[in-house]
Amino acid sequence: SEEELLKTPLYDLHIVKGGKIVPFGGFSMPVYYEDLNITESHNWTREKASLFDVSHMLQHNFAGPGAANFLASITPSSPKALAPFTSTLSAFLHPDGGIVDDTIITNISSGWRDQFYVVTNGACRAKDKAFISDALAAWRRDSQHGEVSWHTLENNGLIALQGPLAAEILQSLEPKKDGHELDLSTLHFGQSAWLTFGDVLSGEDKSACLVSRGGYTGEDGFEISITGSDHSNPTQTLTEALLRYAGPEKLRLAGLGPRDSLRLEAGMCLYGHDIDDTTTPVEAGLSWIVAKDRRAQGGFNGSDTILQQLKAKKDGGGVTRRRVGIVVEDRAPAREGAKIVNEEGEEVGVVTSGGPSPTLGKNIAMGYIRDGLHKTGTKVGVVVRNKTRPAVVTKMPFVPTKYWKGKGAA
Amino acid sequence: MGAFRAAGMQRRGFAVAAMLRVKKYTEDHEWVELGEDGVCNLGISKYAANALGDVIYVELPELDMEVGFGDTVGAVESVKSASDIMAPVSGKVVATNEALEEKPGLLNQDPEGEGWIAKIKVEHEEELDGLMDEEAYIKFTEESS
Repeated sequence: SEEELLKTPLYDLHIVKGGKIVPFGGFSMPVYYEDLNITESHNWTREKASLFDVSHMLQHNFAGPGAANFLASITPSSPKALAPFTSTLSAFLHPDGGIVDDTIITNISSGWRDQFYVVTNGACRAKDKAFISDALAAWRRDSQHGEVSWHTLENNGLIALQGPLAAEILQSLEPKKDGHELDLSTLHFGQSAWLTFGDVLSGEDKSACLVSRGGYTGEDGFEISITGSDHSNPTQTLTEALLRYAGPEKLRLAGLGPRDSLRLEAGMCLYGHDIDDTTTPVEAGLSWIVAKDRRAQGGFNGSDTILQQLKAKKDGGGVTRRRVGIVVEDRAPAREGAKIVNEEGEEVGVVTSGGPSPTLGKNIAMGYIRDGLHKTGTKVGVVVRNKTRPAVVTKMPFVPTKYWKGKGAA
Repeated sequence: MGAFRAAGMQRRGFAVAAMLRVKKYTEDHEWVELGEDGVCNLGISKYAANALGDVIYVELPELDMEVGFGDTVGAVESVKSASDIMAPVSGKVVATNEALEEKPGLLNQDPEGEGWIAKIKVEHEEELDGLMDEEAYIKFTEESS
């Protein structure tokens, strides 16, 4: 569109560091930086650590006595059942069960107030705001419904520190929880904490950052939400400190290019490609985000459709298409839009994401395939430049994940 | 590699052509250079190689393939996208640069030299007349940016 592109708090840093800037989701974002190409940056993340600016994503706060129930009405999750300071992958749903956007919901309730921190995709910013506004308006029309206050945190920064060295790098900044240095090995995948970085963010900037263990790469790592300021740039201050404390032999900035190839290897969906308004969580292989207690009761957008799909085939359940992983046995990558064919050459599906896997040295893809052909090991073909290339349905993640679940955990 | 020009010289004639390796460019950013025996080298331009980013795979044309001007004869794959290679002349593919199979990065290092893609035995040398010379091509890329 002709509208001016927005800038994140790290825009100036991207320029200084030689970021190749492109428009993305209404923002000017770096695809990669001049020091490493996309493949090199991808490998760096898996071997050392990378820092991604993800401030283009939309951060929200939902609070109040009705917040949990409101979120439960438009997602298949159970926010109330989320242990304090833990998060879950979720999805905002259309009434027909299609996915409006995928999201992470974190329970940040304290003793006196129910509160949820929610992050949604940058590219869906306008759509999600409209969806939530409408849903909230409908919610508020019922006087029985608990009060909900909803704020978008558009001044906050969000950075992702990912890779095997992420924990030691963050620890070197001596993060404190409630005034005491926190041993980050006690912060497990899926958990969050308010942390201060006293040596780095002081004075006006000293408010705590919400640090969540997890990310979009399959590696161990952290996503850090930093409260914005009108007078300073704490996101830049923290980012520069991380780069300084770690040094360029351990930590580099990474852009959207490697972010995409890393998440593909980890089997994670990209909204607008692998999931969209027409896909239900069941078709997308995300049935697990439908919380157990929601399966019995329903009562969320699309629950009729989704609960029916969750039933066994013999009971009229199931889906006609399923998201699968594919390894292409050819040197040409299969990319979004490539047809998937069966051994007879009939069209049976389509690729929704694909490209070379630097870690595996093979071409990988994600796509939807006719139910019945979705089993691991099924031989298929993908059509690239009018030629059918052999491929095989493969379990995801393509590259084993390394989420930190504590010492000695499996 | 600059174009060697001599005012008033005809391009036809084998002895003359050997001296006059004039590179021509298409609007699809391929280059073609007519050599001896009516065989020309072709590849993608420096401008195209830079725009593509790091090349990870080159799908070379098939040997002995008969191609028409503008036919897709292969592709160059970078991390994020693929670009078709279009034949800048019609004729028959008589050689492909197998070095690119082992080292696709050669295309980025030297797209207009060592990173040549294929050789075509040209049927109608006049087809090259319609293509841009280096100066016109540079102007064309500046206008498109």
